[in-house]
Amino acid sequence: MTFKEALDSQDFVITCEVAPPKGTNMEHVLEEAELLRGRVAGINVTDLQAASMRVSSLATCALLKQKGLEPILQMVCRDRNRLALQSELLSAYVLGIQNVLCLTGDHVVLGDHPESKPVFDLDSVSLLQTAQGLIDGHDLSGNELEGLPEDLFLGAIVTPGADPVEPQIYKLHNKVRAGAKFIQTQAVYDVDTFATFMQRVADVEVPILAGIVLLKSAGMARYMNANVAGVFVPDSLIKEMTGAGEKDKSARAEGKKADFRTKTSIDIAARLIRDLKPHCAGVHLMPLGWGHHVPAVLEAAGL
Amino acid sequence: MIASERKPIEEILGYLDGESKVLVVACDGCSAGCGVSDPEHAAETVKELEASGKSVTGTVRVEMTCNAGLTALMLSQHLAAVNAAASVLVLACGAGIQAVAAAVDRPVHPGTNSIYLGGFQGLWRSEPRCAECGNCMLDYTGGICPYTACSKSLLYGSCGGPKDGKCEVDEFVECGWVRIYQRLEALGRADRLKEMPPLRNFQKMLPVGDSRRSSLWALELTEPEKAEGED
Repeated sequence: MTFKEALDSQDFVITCEVAPPKGTNMEHVLEEAELLRGRVAGINVTDLQAASMRVSSLATCALLKQKGLEPILQMVCRDRNRLALQSELLSAYVLGIQNVLCLTGDHVVLGDHPESKPVFDLDSVSLLQTAQGLIDGHDLSGNELEGLPEDLFLGAIVTPGADPVEPQIYKLHNKVRAGAKFIQTQAVYDVDTFATFMQRVADVEVPILAGIVLLKSAGMARYMNANVAGVFVPDSLIKEMTGAGEKDKSARAEGKKADFRTKTSIDIAARLIRDLKPHCAGVHLMPLGWGHHVPAVLEAAGL
Repeated sequence: MIASERKPIEEILGYLDGESKVLVVACDGCSAGCGVSDPEHAAETVKELEASGKSVTGTVRVEMTCNAGLTALMLSQHLAAVNAAASVLVLACGAGIQAVAAAVDRPVHPGTNSIYLGGFQGLWRSEPRCAECGNCMLDYTGGICPYTACSKSLLYGSCGGPKDGKCEVDEFVECGWVRIYQRLEALGRADRLKEMPPLRNFQKMLPVGDSRRSSLWALELTEPEKAEGED
């Protein structure tokens, strides 16, 4: 089943991201993708995430496709101009990749090559418009294409916890008008904020998948609250993680093996998924290196 | 000098759709030198506006519109004309247009496209507020330039990066798009953000052929050659 068919089926949809490596060792990313086989409707492959140089999303998606998995190509506008972006959309299509998530991308100064030239010739909205143009048979200059990428399936992202959230809502509508057929969100930890957001965008007619980032520790939660835009981890979750960390410490002091922290992290993600389920069409998991715990999360969530 | 060209009157009238009273601010600096905002051409623009049924509440001339303090002072001396107008049409470079936008609580429309720095530094010495992009978008963005105020020069709204209204690149820099949203909201024009204007045309940042062929452009190239010939 394609990702599009899964969304069309009206069942609760799960997607999960994997990250290509810095270097040519593909073993780990392919293992993580393999763990997701049969468990998710689509596998997002990040595009130089956090502006750090690595193997491309396109190459990784092509390998997943060869293995019969369903990749979702992430494309950011930071590193390529409109010629290269259009070329990559066509290239993805001829490699059998149909799902494309269009993003603006983090600024280069946040990454590992801060001295490089940020491109941003297009942005998320205009990339969607451009891809839709290719589907309709013409490039950005209006030239006709020979063979159309007609089954490209375009998506976009939104940050439900942004403050102010109104600019995000205006842009979400423009993304859908520009051609987005599905939406994946930034990490959500606060169900009430998300539910309120979903009420405000009730007129958006494409499926929205809530973003789930595995909370690895209380420190990570505090870091995200201080540094990551639009992400808010409530105190109650931070306390849960702190408690788990302390239990681990005292167990180890007694010479026992313990991993309450991982168990709590999995419990929190599973609980979030269950609580978010009534409000959205599915969830998008971003395990950030904890891909091996995703099957346990899905099991605990009853999915 | 920041070189500029006047926008086509049709584009200007498009901005003024639904508005009858407009104030004109014309700069006596660079754009006057480009034949865009000098008294003669400013009067021509006023005439065209009036011929299209617009009522011009006044023309305020500012020595150097990019000097925000001077611009605010000059506008304060013409308060009646400002208050009588629904909006302001500015004949100046992008820096000047933004200085006017920051000084008045009215929508501000660009009457020009700033095309390039004609060999000189702009007069405004703080942040670079005009990129001389040649497709001035200040009407759409409430008088705040998206190309210079946003670290990614985004045209279609905020990215996911701003935190507490600050840019992801620098926590002490305000997010240009949050500022644009707040300005539009204050002007009652936030719905402008539903529009998706045409993509930026980077070709317009190249100096136009005519100016590259001018004697002024060639001055630096020909003078040393002449000097050689005289030896």
